[in-house]
Amino acid sequence: MIRVVLPHHLRTLAQAGKEVHLQIEGPTTLGAVLDALEARYPMLRGTIRDHLTQQRRPFIRFFACGQDLSHQPSAASLPDAVTMGTEPFRIVGAMAGG
Amino acid sequence: MNRVRVLVGTRKGAFILTSSAKRKRWDISGPHFAGWEIYHLNGSPADPNRLYASQSTGWFGQLIQRSNDGGKTWEAVDNKFVYDGVPGTHQWYDGTQHPWEFKRVWRLEPSLTDPDTVYAGVEDAALFRSADGGQTWQELPGLRAAKGHLWQPGAGGMCLHTIVLDPSNPKRIFIAISAAGAFRTDDGGQTWRPINHGLKSPYELPDASAEVGHCVHNIAMHPSRPGVLFMQKHWDVMRTDDAGESWREVSGNLPSDFGFPIAVHAHEPNTVYVVPIKSDSEHYPPDGKLRVYRSRTGGNEWEALTNGLPQSDCYVNVLRSALAVDSLDSCGVYFGTTGGQVYASADSGDSWTAIVRDLPAVLSVEVQTLP
Repeated sequence: MIRVVLPHHLRTLAQAGKEVHLQIEGPTTLGAVLDALEARYPMLRGTIRDHLTQQRRPFIRFFACGQDLSHQPSAASLPDAVTMGTEPFRIVGAMAGG
Repeated sequence: MNRVRVLVGTRKGAFILTSSAKRKRWDISGPHFAGWEIYHLNGSPADPNRLYASQSTGWFGQLIQRSNDGGKTWEAVDNKFVYDGVPGTHQWYDGTQHPWEFKRVWRLEPSLTDPDTVYAGVEDAALFRSADGGQTWQELPGLRAAKGHLWQPGAGGMCLHTIVLDPSNPKRIFIAISAAGAFRTDDGGQTWRPINHGLKSPYELPDASAEVGHCVHNIAMHPSRPGVLFMQKHWDVMRTDDAGESWREVSGNLPSDFGFPIAVHAHEPNTVYVVPIKSDSEHYPPDGKLRVYRSRTGGNEWEALTNGLPQSDCYVNVLRSALAVDSLDSCGVYFGTTGGQVYASADSGDSWTAIVRDLPAVLSVEVQTLP
């Protein structure tokens, strides 16, 4: 089981709690987690990554286990603690200053 | 007994204000989509309980929301706006060509007859249509074939912000794009052509009378006279009597002919409203006085409407989609400001009241007259 923490606005949009739990078939890659998340919550499509290019939106960040995974490729494996469900995979709206 | 529903899009959510036909007491619901920018929300003329909302942020992009119960509940529908074919390029700030990139939806215009058909005007400028209530969107690419390679973004972005449907001819649509101009289709959106003859932009364009490139801010039509359009351009208030074949200036005695929105009285096709703004460099009312100007002669002769509006130290703006009318017997006029006020007049503009005054900056105001 993968634990995913959504930012406030996406939690509201998905009508989900702070943390959602996903079952992933196969390797726990960054792309596989996002695919599973969007399959379960289709309204999130386009809000985290671009519909066509599948690139992360510029002001979205991916954190886990104290690391910034935002620049990892989609095929990158997530840390074991995320795969084991002991640490969450965090989707974060970047700070915007001002 | 009629009721009125005012749909307000703001920088931080949507608000829905309702009143009886007296328009004295208003119930306010919201914020809907709290924290999101709501560029526009609009109701279907064919089913007033069908609403569409354009919801976006810089973080999470674009969403489209749909309501079937007048805004009590909403569901997210499709947000996939993909340009038809190879998107192509348009002029960029540095003179190079730049690929079309979808940024947001500025305008949602439901069909006059079918609640499931709705048009979306987007940035970078293009027109999309959904025929299934927003479940899927398809571009009408013929518009970008109308010299799209020459369009270029203004400071506010290259946005398609105005969509006017001709009630007498379902195949005729007018649209306007910032820093590109006005365009018309007569075949339901397959082919388009610029309709900018008579517009003059000597301060903005090297060729003041160019076929495209004019910064049109808003266009309004009275449904009984669809060949007559009124336009608030960057500078100049304009009028056409031949569906855009030629325009003439009707700014007349306005204190400034710069502004954003324009609207036509519901029952008097020659009565037009604008909100003069000091200049393109100073986006607030001249002399710190918030004044709506009304012409009862189809332009040229304008009177200031000030009763109930702040007449000193007022430095708000009124954006292009933030002025609307109801269709009650005594026509109501409504506008929202970047200071968060929504002002309403139940007597065609003679007197005004703030029906709400501390919202986030208002981006759009639409009005539904309900049975």
